Formats: sequence, structure tokens, C-alpha cells
Amino acid sequence: MRVELDVNRQKHAVEVEPRTSLLDCLRDTLLLTGAHAGCEHGVCGACTVLIDGAAVRSCLMFAVQADGCAITTIEGLAPAPGELSPLQDAFCETHGMQCGYCTPAMILAAHALLARNAQPSRDEIVEAISGNICRCTGYAQIVEAIALAAERMRGLNRPER
Amino acid sequence: MKPAPFEYSRPAHVDEACALLAADEGARLVAGGQTLVPLMAMRLARPTRLVDIVRIPGLAYVRSEGDEIEIGATTRQHVVESDLIVRAKLPLLAKVMPYVGHGATRARGTIGGSLANADHAAEIVLVAMTLGATLRFRDGGKTADVAAEEFFLGPMVTALPPTGVLIAARFPVWPEQRVGVGFHEINARASDFAFVSAAAQVAVDAAGRCTRAAVGVGAATAVPLRLDAVAEALKGQTFDEASVRGIVGATLSAVDTMADLHASADYRRRVAVTLAARAIADAYRDAQILRDADAR
Repeated sequence: MRVELDVNRQKHAVEVEPRTSLLDCLRDTLLLTGAHAGCEHGVCGACTVLIDGAAVRSCLMFAVQADGCAITTIEGLAPAPGELSPLQDAFCETHGMQCGYCTPAMILAAHALLARNAQPSRDEIVEAISGNICRCTGYAQIVEAIALAAERMRGLNRPER
Repeated sequence: MKPAPFEYSRPAHVDEACALLAADEGARLVAGGQTLVPLMAMRLARPTRLVDIVRIPGLAYVRSEGDEIEIGATTRQHVVESDLIVRAKLPLLAKVMPYVGHGATRARGTIGGSLANADHAAEIVLVAMTLGATLRFRDGGKTADVAAEEFFLGPMVTALPPTGVLIAARFPVWPEQRVGVGFHEINARASDFAFVSAAAQVAVDAAGRCTRAAVGVGAATAVPLRLDAVAEALKGQTFDEASVRGIVGATLSAVDTMADLHASADYRRRVAVTLAARAIADAYRDAQILRDADAR
């Protein structure tokens, strides 16, 4: 089936079998390998992408269901080549990762949170990433990274003195 | 973890979806797909055709209809979670929404999908049973209504005909001024399937006495259980934990609760008493806060 996907503000027309997950389509057809295949049945969260701004599991969706949707992957967050988004910077600075397998999904889940809540409490941060499993860090530095990015992004809108 | 091959259709109308189901016995409806797709990935489900109804116009809405709130079947769960009409008029539904899966599955999952899937541990199913919702479906070119207690027949079994499409759920709104709600569940991890859950909605008078109550227990039996005897016993009473535990315990002693690897039947019955008592306590307290606010 022919499907039109708007990925990271770029339109792609792809030919997929109905059973191709959005995750496999992104990775194998569009070569966007930042969304990771973990459990492939919606438990681990490693395949998280944004669809129309909401964090969703790309393994729990067939590419045909995403026809016409605006999809954001980790590759679409940085403002320009060689740069990082404030969240990506914060993950580097607080070392919010170890093996890195869950990291793109954590950042996208956090991105969706900060887009609707500029000043999340610790509980709200924990809730936002509760569907994303990390087997290395114990989550503390991930939560710290998201809080740091939130603080910086609020600061961006403050007039300079 | 790759599904078996299938055909995919995206009908423009509900009746067209019914026709696609009638034409192929192996066809299944999909909307959010948050339960069906993992089952397909594990090959526990192997539909020959997916009939995707999520883009059919006019099936995603929340609106006030007389003394009920009607929610379209393909309304996303995260939309219901933050809907202001739901918060104001269906506080029990608003209360349980954050417990349905997690944020990423609520962004795709639909109200109708959860109801039609009829998982015995599903929070939305518990609310539909507790409040006595009406389910509306389309089949053979006709629209029909069925009461929740006749709709849910067993775990993942409903009265929906094989060629029927659930189109809406109607939840009764309580007109009383001081209505409070409570909900508790126990599971291995937040967002996982509950072993036992309990929901309560209580209306109180100016003196804090119950004028109306609805209490339900989920995940402990094949279909969530509405405890009418408990609701009846609360009438005219202020909250008293010992007597609430007594009446819930007596009601559940005659019920066969389920047993599995995670929780025995006795455990489920014992926990159901505690969670129901907590949910009722919360509902009284919640209603009381509204009562105090009125007094000021």
C-alpha cells in the first residue's frame, strides 16, 4: 500500500505491506534508526515517536495507520546539523544515559511533556517517562536532565536584564 | 514479534465497516490498536483484515445529551482525560483516566476500543458498569442501545454482534450538587493490569449523609461487579469505615473471585474489601469538600 508520511517536516511517499509497523517503516525504509526496536509489543517504550505532538509507540501502529500524520523522530529535534535541542544538551550535561538504547525515546517523551507543561513537578516528569524503561541509569539523571531542560527553556523566554 | 500478513481497509462510513466485517469472518475492527496490535505482534490474534474506523467522521466527540454525556467510540483516551465536560459532569470517569495504560497508549487508544475489548481489569469498563452506562452500536443498517450489564458478558466477550460496530457510550450524569468520587487499584507496576480495582461515586446531603451511591469492583471477577447492596446500605448514612467494610465484605463473600499466577481468589476478595472501603471513603471526603465549599 502507498502511504504518505510527514516525517520531521519532510513528506515521504512509501510503499509498505499493511503489517509493516511504523517503527519498521521509519527504520528500514526511511533509514531513521533513532527510534529503537525493543520489545515490539508496546511495553518498553524504546520506539517512542511523536505523532501530531503526542508521544506514542511506533511499534503499536502500522505505517498505514499513520498515513498523513505529522511524525517527529529524534532526528527531527535538533534545530540544525551539528546542534542539539535544549533537552538533548541537558541529557549530555547530566549524563542522563548509559547504554543509550532508551535515550531517544526518553527525550521524545520529555519533549511532549515540556510542550504542554513548561514547569513540570518531579512527579509529572516521572509520570511522563513512566512508560519508558531504562535498565541502566535508575532514572535519577534522566529526571534531572528533564528538569534542567525545562528550567533552561523557561529562561529562554525571559527578557534579558 | 511481527504480525502475520493481513489486508487493510479504511471505510468512510460505519455501515461500510459493518459490511466489511460481514464479508470476511476473519476481519477485525481497529481504532487505536493499543490492545489488538500487541496481540497481533505475538500472533495471539491473526485477523485476515483490519477495518480501521478511527478516521470515520463524526465518531470522536464528547457532548451533553440531556441527563447523559455521550462519548463517540473513537474519541481518544487522552482527549477524554483532559475534557472539561467529563471533568465537570463525569468525575468518576475523569478520575480513572490517568490509570488507563500510560500516556503513550492513551494518546492512541480510544474509549470505544477499551469498552469493546471488555478486559475485566479495564478501568473504563469498570466505570461503565458502576455508573450503568449505555452502549450504542450499529449493525445491519440499524442503531441499537444496550445497557452495560447486558453488554459485558465475560473477559473480552461482549454482546456486540460479529458484524456490529460500537459507535458511542452514554454515561448518566448525577444531578445532585455534592457528588464525590473515589478510585483505587492494585497492580505490580503503575499502568499495568490491575489485580483488583474499586470505584465509588457518592452524593451527600447538607449533613454529609449519603443520598445516592454507586460502587463497583473490577479485575476480581470475569466482568466488573456493581455492588448494588453496598450502594443501598450507604443511603442515609455518614461514612463509617467499620460498617462499610462489613457490608462490602458480606456482599463479596458470596462472589467467586478469580485466581491466577499473580493473585489468589482469597487475596482478591480481601483486597477488594479494602480498596472498596478506601474508594467509598474518598468519595465521601470528595463530596464533603464540595459541601464545605457551598457553606462558605
